[in-house]
Amino acid sequence: MDLGNFASLSHSFPTLFLAFSVVAVFLLDLVIEKKEWLGDIALLVVAIAILGVVRLLSSETGALFHRSVVLDEFGLYFQLLVLLSAFATIWMSLGSREIRRLNQGEYWAILLASTLGMAFMATSNNLLMGYLSLEFVSLTSYVLAGYSLHNRRATEASLKYLIYGGVASGAMIYGMSWIYGLAGSLEFHAIQQALLTNGEAALPLYVALVLTLAGLGFKISAFPFHMWAPDVYQGAPIPVAAFLAVGSKTAAFALMIRFFFTAMAAPAGGGAYEMVGGVDWRTLLLVVSALTMTYGNLAALNQTGSVKRLLAYSGIAHAGYALMGFVVLTDDGLRAMIFYLTVYYLMNIGAFLVVMMVANSTGREDLASFRGLAWRGGAVPAVAMAIFLFSLTGLPPFAGFIGKFYLFAAVVKQELYLLALIGVANSVVSLFYYARIVRVMFLDQPEGGEGVVEVDWHNGVLLGLLTIGTVVLGIFWGPLFDFADRSTRLFIG
Amino acid sequence: MLTWMIFTPLIGAALILLLPKKAEAAIKWVALAATVPPLIMAFQLYGSFDRTTAEMQLVQRVPWIPSFNIEYYVGIDGISITMVLLTALLSTICIVASWNIDKAVKAYFPLFLLLDTAMMGVFCSLDFFLFFVFWEVMLLPMYFLIGIWGGPRREYAAIKFFLYTMVGSVLMLVAMLALYFYNDPHTFDLVELARRAPTYSANFQRFAWIALFIGFAIKIPAFPFHTWLPDAHVEAPTAISVILAGVLLKMGTYGILRINYAILPLGTLEFAYYFLVVLGVINIIYGALCAMAQTDYKKLIAYSSISHMGYVMFGMATFTQQGLDGAVLQMFNHGTVTAMLFLLVGVIYDRAHHREINGFGGLASIMPFYTGWTALAFFAAMGLPGLSAFISEVLVLLGGWQHYPALTVVAAAAVVLTAGYMLWTMQRIYLGEPNEKYLDLPDINMREVGMLVPLAIIVIILGVYPKPVLSLIDVSLTHLNDVVLSAGQGPVASASDVLSVR
Repeated sequence: MDLGNFASLSHSFPTLFLAFSVVAVFLLDLVIEKKEWLGDIALLVVAIAILGVVRLLSSETGALFHRSVVLDEFGLYFQLLVLLSAFATIWMSLGSREIRRLNQGEYWAILLASTLGMAFMATSNNLLMGYLSLEFVSLTSYVLAGYSLHNRRATEASLKYLIYGGVASGAMIYGMSWIYGLAGSLEFHAIQQALLTNGEAALPLYVALVLTLAGLGFKISAFPFHMWAPDVYQGAPIPVAAFLAVGSKTAAFALMIRFFFTAMAAPAGGGAYEMVGGVDWRTLLLVVSALTMTYGNLAALNQTGSVKRLLAYSGIAHAGYALMGFVVLTDDGLRAMIFYLTVYYLMNIGAFLVVMMVANSTGREDLASFRGLAWRGGAVPAVAMAIFLFSLTGLPPFAGFIGKFYLFAAVVKQELYLLALIGVANSVVSLFYYARIVRVMFLDQPEGGEGVVEVDWHNGVLLGLLTIGTVVLGIFWGPLFDFADRSTRLFIG
Repeated sequence: MLTWMIFTPLIGAALILLLPKKAEAAIKWVALAATVPPLIMAFQLYGSFDRTTAEMQLVQRVPWIPSFNIEYYVGIDGISITMVLLTALLSTICIVASWNIDKAVKAYFPLFLLLDTAMMGVFCSLDFFLFFVFWEVMLLPMYFLIGIWGGPRREYAAIKFFLYTMVGSVLMLVAMLALYFYNDPHTFDLVELARRAPTYSANFQRFAWIALFIGFAIKIPAFPFHTWLPDAHVEAPTAISVILAGVLLKMGTYGILRINYAILPLGTLEFAYYFLVVLGVINIIYGALCAMAQTDYKKLIAYSSISHMGYVMFGMATFTQQGLDGAVLQMFNHGTVTAMLFLLVGVIYDRAHHREINGFGGLASIMPFYTGWTALAFFAAMGLPGLSAFISEVLVLLGGWQHYPALTVVAAAAVVLTAGYMLWTMQRIYLGEPNEKYLDLPDINMREVGMLVPLAIIVIILGVYPKPVLSLIDVSLTHLNDVVLSAGQGPVASASDVLSVR
C-alpha cells in the first residue's frame, strides 16, 4: 500500500484528530473560564486517539503521504505508548497542585501538540519528516519544561534544554544533509537501497551518522548527550518531567530504530539485520549503551537531594539498558526493547506519580520528604513506590525483571557476554540507590514535620493501575510479549 | 501437593492484609495457621516418598510462558525433600519465635510468609526460570525483615545482604540465559538440562560453572564472600536469624548440587578438586577461628555457621557416597542445630537486651533449664557422638579421607577448635560467679521450650539413628555422584586423571 495525500487521510485518524484538537483547545482556552475543563478535554482527546490507533491495528500496512509516513505495527505500537504516556501525564497534571497554581491555558494545548509530534516521530519514514517531528517535540518540550514561570530552576531548565537541544538538532540536520548527499534521497528505504548499490563511502557516512546520533541521542538522553536531563527534570513540573522521561524518550527510540533498521541496515534473514554502507555503527552504539548505563547509574549513586534528579539519572541508565536491545540487531532485540519500553512506561510514570503525590502534600520533592513515608499515612504510595523501584532495579516478580530478562536474553543469544555482564553489574549498582529511597521510606522513622501524605482518589486510581500493571506483567506477561512480538515488523519499502 | 505447600503461606499473607491493623493476635494466629498445613504435608511427604528412585517425584508442570518455553514445573527428589522438610519445620517454629514482635505486626507476618513461599519455591522448582524468580523474591522480604525489625545497624546489614546476594544472582541470570540458548531446543527445564549435560563443551562448562558458583557461594557463604553474614545475623531479629542460618544458607549448597553438579559435571570435576575442597577447609578453619575471637554471642554463632557450612562443601567435593551423604545430612543437621542456637540466643537477648558474652556469668544457677537446653545445643554443634552433627561430620571426613587425606586431617582437627570456642563460651556465660545484674532473670518459658523440643528430638534421634534422613537422600545422591564421575570418563582428561590417580 502506497498512498498519496488524500487517500492517506482516511488512514490517519489519530494524528489528524490530535492536530485538530490542538487548535481546538487553543481556541477553547479563549472562551472557557475553568481551565481544568481543558485538561478534561485533552484527556478525552487522547483517549479517542488511543481508540483510533487501536482500530488501525488491524488495517493493512503501508506508506502514507507519498511515503513520508508509514503505517505499520511497529509505528502503531509506539503511537500507543506515546499516547498512553500523554494520557497518564494529563491525568497526573489534573491531580497536581503544582500545575493547578500555574496559568494553565496553553498548557494542555502544548501538551497535545507535543504528543502529536511524538506520534509522528513513531511513524516517520524519511529524514525530513523525522527531523521536523523531532524538532516539533523539542520546541513544545522547551515550553513545557519552563512552564513554572516564577520558578528560577524551571527557567534555567528550559534555557539549558533549549541551548543543548538547538546544538544537538543543528548537528543532526547537518548530518542528515550528508546522508542526503551520499544517498541522494531522504526516504529511509531509498537510502538503504542507495547504500547497497553505490558501494561504500565509509568515512563520510560515519561522520554523518555520528552527527545524526547527536540529535537522537539527545532525545533518548544517551551518554554523552545526556547533560540536560537532570537539570530539566529537576526544574520542570513533575508531570512534564514524567512525560519527557517516558513519552519523548519512547518516541525518540522509535525514530532511531526505524532510521537505523530501515535506512542503515537490511534484513538478513532469520530475524537478524545486517548493516549496510560499510560503517560499523553497531559497535559505536554498543559502546554508547555500556557508557550510558554505567554513567547513569554511577551518577545516580550521588543523588541524595532531589528525587526527580535521581530519576533523571536512572532514566539515563535505562536508556542504556534499552540500547542493549538495539545493538544486537535482531528481532529478539527489537521485541525486548519494545517490551522494555512498555514496562518502563508503567514503572517510571508510577515513580514520578508517587513523587508528585508526596509533593502535593508536602510541597517538597527531595529525599527527606520521603522520610518514614510508610509510617505517616502514606503506606499505599510507599508500597507502590517500592514496587516501582524494585521493578526498575529488575527484581522479580515485577515487570521490570521480565523486561530486563528479555534484553539480557537477546544479548546473551548473540553471545555478547561482556555487554551482558556490564548490564547485570549495572543492575546491582542501581539497586543501591533505588534501595536508598526504599530505606528512607520504610526503614527510617519520620522525624515529624514532614507532613501527612494523603491519597486522593484521582491520583489513587492511576497509582493503582500502574502498580497492578507492574505486578501482573511480572507474573503473567505472555499477551504483552506476543503483542510486542507482532510489533517488531517494520514496514520496509 | 507441592504447589499447596508453596502457596499456602502466601494465601495466609493475603488474608492477613485483610485483617485490621489492631487485631495483632488474630494476625499471629493466621500466620501460624498458614505455616502448619505445609508442615503437615511435609510429614505426609516424608511418609509417601519413594526412597528407591532418583527420579523426580510429585511432579507438576504447567506451561507458563509458552513462547519462551518457561514452565511452572515443580517436583522433588531425595536432595530437595530434606530441605523442604527443614523449611516447613523451621517456618512454623519461627512464627512461634516471632510471637513477641510488636512493631508493625501487620507488615511483619505477611513478609515472613512471603519469604516462606519463596523458600519452598526454590527447593521445589525444576524450571530454572522459576527457580530464579523464587530465589530473587526471597530477597525482598528478607531486606525488609532485617531492615525494619533488626538491631541498631539494621539498615547497613540489610542493604549489604541485599547487594551481596544480588551480585550473585545477576551472575546466575547470565549463566541461566547462556544455558538456555546453548541448548537447542531452548529450555529452562533443569531435568532436561541435566540430561543433555554430556553435550556441553568443556569451556562452556567452566565459565557457566564459575558464574553459577559465585552466585551460590555468596549464599553459603563461602570464604571470601562471607562478610555479609555476620552483619545480617547480628542485626536480624531472632526468627529471621534462624531462617537465615537454617534455610537460606542451605540454598547455596543446594543450588550447587542441583545445578552445578547435575548440569555441569565436567566443570564440577575440574573445580571441585582444586577449589571447592580448599574453600571448604578454609571455611571450616576460618569460621572457627573467627568464632573464637567474638565477644558477641550471636556473631559467634554466625561464624560457627560459616565453619559448619565448610563441612558441607568439603563433603560435596569428595565425590564419594559417604561424603555426599554426609554433606546433605550436614545441611539438614546444621539447619536444626543452628536454629536451636539462635533461638537460645534470642531467649537470653529478650531478657537481658544485650549479647555481650563477657557481660554474663553464672547463668547456670539463675536459669538452670535454659542452661540445660543450651548445653544440648552446644554439644550438638560441637559434634559430640550421639547427637546428629557428629554423624554427618564423620561421614564427610570418611569420604574426604579417600581423596584428600591431608586436608581431612586438617578439617578433623578443626573439631577441636569448635569444641574450644563452644566450651569457652559455655564457661563465660553459664559458669562461674553469677552476675548480680541478672539474678532475677526468669527461666525459659513454655513457648520457648515448645520451639526447642521438636528440634532437640530430631537432633537426638538423628544422632543415634540417621537412617530416616539417609534413606531419603541416598539414592538421589548415588545417582548424582555417578553422573558427575561418569562425565570424567569423557574427553577432558585432566579431571578424570586427577581422580583416577587417587
